[in-house]
Amino acid sequence: MFGDVPGFLRTILEGASTTLAVTAGGIVFATVMSFVAGLAMLAPARSVRAVSRIYVEVWRGTSEIVQLFWIFLALPILVGIQLVPLWAGILVIGLNGGAYGAEIVRGAVQAVPRAQREGAVALNLSPFDRMRRVVLPQALVDMVPPFNNLFIQLLKGSALVSLVFLQDLTFQAQAVVLPTNTDQALTILTLLLLVYLALSIVITAAMRFLERWAAALVGRQPSTRSREVALSGGAA
Amino acid sequence: MIRFDKVVKRFGDNVVLRELDFQVRPGEHVCLIGPSGSGKTTILRLLMTLERVDSGTIDVGGECLTHMQHRGKRVPADEKHLRTVRKRIGMVFQQFNLFPNMKVLQNLTEAPVRVLGLSRDQAEQRALELLEMVGLRDRADAHPSQLSGGQQQRVAIARALAMHPDVLLLDEVTSALDPELVADVLNVLKDIAKTTDITMLIVTHEMGFAQDVADRVLMFDQGRVVEQAAPGKLFTDPDQQRTRDFLRAVLERR
Repeated sequence: MFGDVPGFLRTILEGASTTLAVTAGGIVFATVMSFVAGLAMLAPARSVRAVSRIYVEVWRGTSEIVQLFWIFLALPILVGIQLVPLWAGILVIGLNGGAYGAEIVRGAVQAVPRAQREGAVALNLSPFDRMRRVVLPQALVDMVPPFNNLFIQLLKGSALVSLVFLQDLTFQAQAVVLPTNTDQALTILTLLLLVYLALSIVITAAMRFLERWAAALVGRQPSTRSREVALSGGAA
Repeated sequence: MIRFDKVVKRFGDNVVLRELDFQVRPGEHVCLIGPSGSGKTTILRLLMTLERVDSGTIDVGGECLTHMQHRGKRVPADEKHLRTVRKRIGMVFQQFNLFPNMKVLQNLTEAPVRVLGLSRDQAEQRALELLEMVGLRDRADAHPSQLSGGQQQRVAIARALAMHPDVLLLDEVTSALDPELVADVLNVLKDIAKTTDITMLIVTHEMGFAQDVADRVLMFDQGRVVEQAAPGKLFTDPDQQRTRDFLRAVLERR
């Protein structure tokens, strides 16, 4: 009754490299955008703050699917550039994730106690060194858990690229396996869910590791919970 | 060395300093006492450029801290100007403010390397000397969180000295400490007062300590200097009733 599970799985996993490429590229790009826009929102210059605020509101406040179609279909009309679908996917996922991540960075930086900045001022560190050497390393610890959430969102959001004919996991399941095995929809879609779940557990495990590293950096004990999870191999 | 000229500082409607004038000579040790909210800490924070004056001027070592010349006009100081004047000043905070992302040694070497341009070796050597002086050389590799409050505060004092300040600002440096740890910190400060020519501005509630190290004690109330005198005079025979009331209240609290 479950049908050809290994066969289904093999075909679905043919899309793994695309999903991984879009997710990994999206995570890298989103992280860069998060720091650029998040720090820009704290800049002394009003114009810099305004630009980054507009970026965040526009990309956070519009539909990700529409953003993807817009980049893929409207951009060529507008400026005559047709992006390769893979790059269009990474661009949209990165810009979208960066809009959320910017708030994570801004919040964590602002949460570093004022006394730490004042300690750095009293030592006459430059504004740049105050941020880079004192504030950011401490802010990093608080950024990791929300970034973990964000990265998992990006992984799941990467399924959208199947709509611009990228052959990712979702495309493989939904456009390749499913049409010829319509009576096996339950099995196929459950397999697809499990593959995404496995990938998100990998992300969480990596982020737990990062969290412990960042906590050790500031001499903080990781929370009991993250220690338990790390011991059980991140499978929680 | 330090000159306040008609300095006014407000926080909202609350006037913290009212046209404050006072001066400190080079090498002088001045203690600021008075009830909380009387503006003592604000004086230190203004000197450290953590706050800005609402009016009036502050000079440090003949340089204006609050203003600078720009195209022949006097304008509020910008960050670049502040960084020049800040070179002369160091501060120790009530809550230590050590950087938790650096070990003890790096807390002491970070600014000398990045701001004074010392090599890492030079900075470490100097840092170890200073840690020796405050009795914590063996804790150079510890994280600040592994130290007691008193130890952290001694590290913070060493960190401030590593920048070779002409003026050291001490803001209630023992107020956050357990009573049995206070003496170690005060001994380090007495040592510095005796062996260096650093100008010291000390906000404290430790009257015994003030008596020991101060050349002059300033009694503050409501943003004004109520009375100032050598500690021997001010603590035993103050002129003002307000000073007498305050000293009695402080002594009764013990």
